[in-house]
Amino acid sequence: MGDIVNLVLKRLGFGLITLLVISVIIFFMVELLPGDIAQAVLGQGATEENVAALREQMGLNNPAFVRYFEWLGGAVVGDFGTSIVSGERVSTIITERFINTLFLAAYAAVIAVPFAITLGVVVALLRNTLFDRVANVLTLTSISSPEFFLGYILILFFAVKWQMFPAISSLSDGMSFAELLDRTFLPALTLVLVVTAHMMRMTRAAIINLLASPYIEMARLKGAPPWKVIVKHALPNAWAPIINVIALNLAYLITGVVLVEVVFVYPGIGQALVDAVSKRDFPIVQACCLIFAATFILLNLAADVGAILTNPRLRHPK
Amino acid sequence: MRKKTDKLLESLSQEARLGRISRRNFMHYALAAGVTATTATGLWTSSAAAQPKSGGSFRVAIHDNNSSDTHNPGTYLSIQQIFLAHTHRAFLTLINTDQTLGGDVASEWSGSEDASEWTFRLRDNVTFHDGRKVVADDVIASLNFHRGEASTSAAKALLSDITDISKTDDHTVVVTLSGPNADLPWLMTDYHLVIQPANDDGTIDWQSGIGCGPYKIVDGDFGIGFKLVRHDVWHGEGAYFDEVEMIAIGDPNARQTALVTGDVDAVSSIDLKTMALMQRNPQMVVENVPSASAITMPMHCNTAPFDNVDVRMALKLAMNREEIVEKIMFNAGMVGNDFHHSPAQPYYPEGLDQLSYDPDKARALLKKAGAEGLAIDLSSSESIFSGAVDMCVLYSEQAKAAGIDINVVREPNDGYYSDVWLKKPFCAVAWGARPTPDNIYTLAYKADAAWNESYWVNDRFNELLLQGKAELDDAKRAEIYREMAVIARDDGGTIIPFFRNFVYGRRTNVQNTGQLSAAWELDGCRAASRWWFA
Repeated sequence: MGDIVNLVLKRLGFGLITLLVISVIIFFMVELLPGDIAQAVLGQGATEENVAALREQMGLNNPAFVRYFEWLGGAVVGDFGTSIVSGERVSTIITERFINTLFLAAYAAVIAVPFAITLGVVVALLRNTLFDRVANVLTLTSISSPEFFLGYILILFFAVKWQMFPAISSLSDGMSFAELLDRTFLPALTLVLVVTAHMMRMTRAAIINLLASPYIEMARLKGAPPWKVIVKHALPNAWAPIINVIALNLAYLITGVVLVEVVFVYPGIGQALVDAVSKRDFPIVQACCLIFAATFILLNLAADVGAILTNPRLRHPK
Repeated sequence: MRKKTDKLLESLSQEARLGRISRRNFMHYALAAGVTATTATGLWTSSAAAQPKSGGSFRVAIHDNNSSDTHNPGTYLSIQQIFLAHTHRAFLTLINTDQTLGGDVASEWSGSEDASEWTFRLRDNVTFHDGRKVVADDVIASLNFHRGEASTSAAKALLSDITDISKTDDHTVVVTLSGPNADLPWLMTDYHLVIQPANDDGTIDWQSGIGCGPYKIVDGDFGIGFKLVRHDVWHGEGAYFDEVEMIAIGDPNARQTALVTGDVDAVSSIDLKTMALMQRNPQMVVENVPSASAITMPMHCNTAPFDNVDVRMALKLAMNREEIVEKIMFNAGMVGNDFHHSPAQPYYPEGLDQLSYDPDKARALLKKAGAEGLAIDLSSSESIFSGAVDMCVLYSEQAKAAGIDINVVREPNDGYYSDVWLKKPFCAVAWGARPTPDNIYTLAYKADAAWNESYWVNDRFNELLLQGKAELDDAKRAEIYREMAVIARDDGGTIIPFFRNFVYGRRTNVQNTGQLSAAWELDGCRAASRWWFA
């Protein structure tokens, strides 16, 4: 166990360095954008003295690296600063939206992960049958279509034609949980369709890969039924690659939902990021990107730890 | 024959009752059916005279939003902010549904003889949402917010002529100008100039979101949406809905689907490409309102070859405006005539000769100017409006017939107005609607204006502009603007392909008087206080 704690600490340390490097890259990429924050805020209607006054007020006349280290000084102690454009605290702007994004990701994950793994096991069991082929074609089709297109198709049928679910997922404060689940069902379903294929295919491949192993042969010879061979003997040894793919897809559910948010008018973090980039509002861009980066780092770490814990050979290295 | 007309009128009246047809169209069809204008007006009133009813929660989807928007009136820019401003805040004056000027916080106003001093009389029943009365100090602080050295307001230039704002009593405000400006009461409708509660030190409290408009904010976030409830002691007419919910929906498809499924009651913009499909849906009405928002193509008159008036005229004649309006705007626009004055503004000069597509004449003019085989660059970007680059490419094709080679340069969306506009000698530009011709001419055509986008200097035009500013007699002003229009058309450096229409939609259970303000989308952004549920 001590090895794992060590590994986690080491990986977290590397994670922090990665975040630092990312923050530098993002800062200078925002700096590289053409145009000017003050101009973007005031729009076409701004005169030059107007823009100059606003630049002064926003503190944009300091050199870039001074502004970066000012920001970094705050970020180290957990203060992500204030939005350059609106002057509001970054944490206030982002927290609620990030919670919304997490909720949608969790909703989709709760459906997608069990569904994809079960389906993966079933198609491994029924491999090369018609069911296998159909399941493969359908899931590959859904992963190959752009999310917004899937979203529009779902809206067309579920909202416009059959009127089972609302077309937009705008939230309000007094909503009950059931209402919330109903309103966000279509975006969640879209995400489920997008991530299922990857996890299902990996489950299927990992299991089939093991089916040629001697111990599976052994299990068959002792007369275990096919489902038992797969669930009891093959699956436990297939977890490592599956967990990796699940982690990747969970990260995608959090970071890749911008288009789904736009199509379903869902108040998540993606839209805030897009708006912030268009106004060059660096503190918000920075905070969003670091959250995304941290999500990837943590989920990858979790996947590695999970892979180790499910594999006795890795758990007790020689 | 008689019977057929009756049947037509009956179905027209039916449509009007259901709110599926606008007053404009009703009159148009009724007149076409051979009814006199008076009868048609009567018919409209009797059939569509839906009495406004109170109640309901009005959900409206807004197309232009940004999460980083704030309540700061100095940085108002998006339609989300402008619609919200007209819903929870109030102005000194407003533009009525028949495009005339009306009072909002001010009940009446008068100018000195030379129009350089204006007195506004405030209503005494205007209250902020927290119960405070609106007095002269609030108005003064609200206007001063956009003035002075340190102001970062985008409306600073608009108010630069004001030298002093003072009060004679709690309900009378006197605005002194450095020179005459007969349009000052119109300028007070500008979307930045909201009336805000004054702090003790003469600044304003814009942060709290408290206004003196028809609805008060319950909660909300920019980029997501706002919930508002009626301000029961509001000073104006209307505010029929109990509640208003604004929802930010940037994606045209999502917005229109929400209208189709009834998730919202109205939308602030309809995609022109799908406008025809939306019009076929019997449950909704597509409003198509001509506006004063122009698309322009300024040519720098201080730069060759545009310094030659014949070249400018050749370029004007090489454009087939009708085709552009038809193909790029799907007819939701009004052909321009190269003077920046729309029928949606006061003093519009009717009956001037329209510039029309004439490649032969353009070719002849180029020959006269010694500029045959003219080859120029035209800068454009998709951020100007959806279809801007296509418009320029179409123009380039049309101009080939006149022997003009126009190379369309696609500029980056970002920073278009800081890096291309006023810098490249020939580019496409979108202008928001301004309330009066004087307003737009002063901003973009006056010789020394910062935004004289074509660097055009015409002495007679500038002389007339100053005359018009000081003239309080409407008939005389109209004559001045007519002469200015002719000068701009024949000598000016700006091509105006068209004025845009505001195209937005509502479900049939939402009703309005049939007359819509052309100042902004959604009835001058006042749909929340002017419309009602049937």
